[in-house]
Amino acid sequence: MFSFCTDPSILPDWQWFACLFTNATHLQFYRAFGVVLVLLAITAPVALGMGLMGALALRSRIWPVSWLGRGYVNIVRGVPDIVFFLFVPIALGQGIEWVMHQIQCPDWDQPIRQGNDFIVCREARIPPPNSPVWMRDAYAFAMAVVAYALVFGAFAANTLHGAMQAVPKAQIETAEAYGMTRAQAFRRIILPQMWVYALPGLSNIWQILIKATPLLFLLGIQDIVYWANFLGGEKTSLFTFPHPDWRMWYFLGLLVFYLLLTWVSERAFARLGDRLSRGQATAAGERIRKGAAP
Amino acid sequence: MRSCAESFELYILRALGREFGANLLPRGLDITLCDKIFLIASGMIWNIYFAALAIGIGFWLAVVVALARFSERAVIRRPASAFIFVFRGSPLFIQFFFFYSAFVLLPRSGIDIPLGFITLTVNTSALTTAQVGGLIVLVLNTTAYSAELFHGALRSIPKGDLEAADAYGLAGFTKFRRVVFPSMLRLAWPSYTNEAIFLTHSTTLVFLSAFPARQQSGEAFYYARYFVDQTFNPFVAYPLVAGYFILLTLIIIGLFGIMNRILNRHLPKERRARYRFRPQYLR
Repeated sequence: MFSFCTDPSILPDWQWFACLFTNATHLQFYRAFGVVLVLLAITAPVALGMGLMGALALRSRIWPVSWLGRGYVNIVRGVPDIVFFLFVPIALGQGIEWVMHQIQCPDWDQPIRQGNDFIVCREARIPPPNSPVWMRDAYAFAMAVVAYALVFGAFAANTLHGAMQAVPKAQIETAEAYGMTRAQAFRRIILPQMWVYALPGLSNIWQILIKATPLLFLLGIQDIVYWANFLGGEKTSLFTFPHPDWRMWYFLGLLVFYLLLTWVSERAFARLGDRLSRGQATAAGERIRKGAAP
Repeated sequence: MRSCAESFELYILRALGREFGANLLPRGLDITLCDKIFLIASGMIWNIYFAALAIGIGFWLAVVVALARFSERAVIRRPASAFIFVFRGSPLFIQFFFFYSAFVLLPRSGIDIPLGFITLTVNTSALTTAQVGGLIVLVLNTTAYSAELFHGALRSIPKGDLEAADAYGLAGFTKFRRVVFPSMLRLAWPSYTNEAIFLTHSTTLVFLSAFPARQQSGEAFYYARYFVDQTFNPFVAYPLVAGYFILLTLIIIGLFGIMNRILNRHLPKERRARYRFRPQYLR
């Protein structure tokens, strides 16, 4: 990175550290922090969408739909979700390959499960056998997003369902008295107002989502845990930057990163809560209306 | 192929170590369904060990930390708040990694702590095992989460109860033991039940992180993962481990429900706190 980095072994301490922290592997480490943030940025809206659909299914008057919603929410919430995080990517991967296999190679005569192997024909393999590394990474990442969205969608569905119930009944009755249909009342009355009731629950789910991101490591993705473990490990004199076991300091760094992330989002949610309480028929909304500090 | 009875004999206590069953775990095509059932069940021994000890120790520590957090003196309150913030604000998974890599750095021979009349030798090599080091992390973690619950309960003890205690001339530790502590427990108990469940479920993380499984003796989820790696079939081992955990969860709900009845027995029925299952596992 810096011009003086050609031979680190003769450098004074601060320059040595400057070179270490800007070498190629460390830059990959920093990029992994970006991956965590990208995962959060993609998963949160997807999970919220899943949650909204789940909540609508729970409210549905058509019983197969409401049973489907109830089954989804209860199964996901009843099982330890670490099981889900490891189960969904493998099961989904095998499921997709199985479907592709049925389409691409209908005349394949061997069984797919041969002993301990899962074998599909070459055309059905996803990602294709000779695809570049970034495509494999993207596929693994997408699988992770699906697993996270499934689990957190169920949490969000439960919260949003509760929030929809919490909107005062009188308002919905008023809307119906004005001749609105059920769908119109939902769109105009419930949907805009439910967020203030959902916010504490959603904030909680967001915090849990943040704390779930290191589990990417278990899915074989080179995330911050992987890099901290790798970079912190003891480096012998064969390496350009030899140092003893520094994993403790690298993990301390991760700990601080997560503390910052949860702290910042806690404050952000508090502000959002004040913003949403404006004009609401709640204690906080009433306090804002009277002109007091929220 | 082994019969089910043979699998039972070989693997039901295998999680305790080599001396208690087969030398090696079943591999590849040799794996039968009964192997999965019994080996994963044997792993539950460690889940119960971690959960029971962490809850048992963490409970008392949490009471102390909650009282410290509730204290009016900043010198006592600040460290307690900081402790709770650090352990609740960061992922348990990272905490395992951090503490393991810190424990590894301690000198192998043990640390001598001179106490004047006697010198205490702390066995540091035990700290790098999951059974001790992992347990310490779990204890610290559940202490922080439970302390936050207990702190919330302390804040919402009815004013009348405290005034009644004063009127009866109760003060100091007697007041705490007879009024504050029981009320706090009663108010916190439904959410504390959930905390116990989450903690039990997060014992699955112990061997998934840095702590090594010596002699391949791990907890249930470690074995489930082992089977999935061996057979590349997630459709048996994971549902099995999930089933065991649902069973364990039901047992916890039952046990804590009995305690909840005892804590609420003096109240009329409609004022009793009801338990609601609100699982949010990851921490």
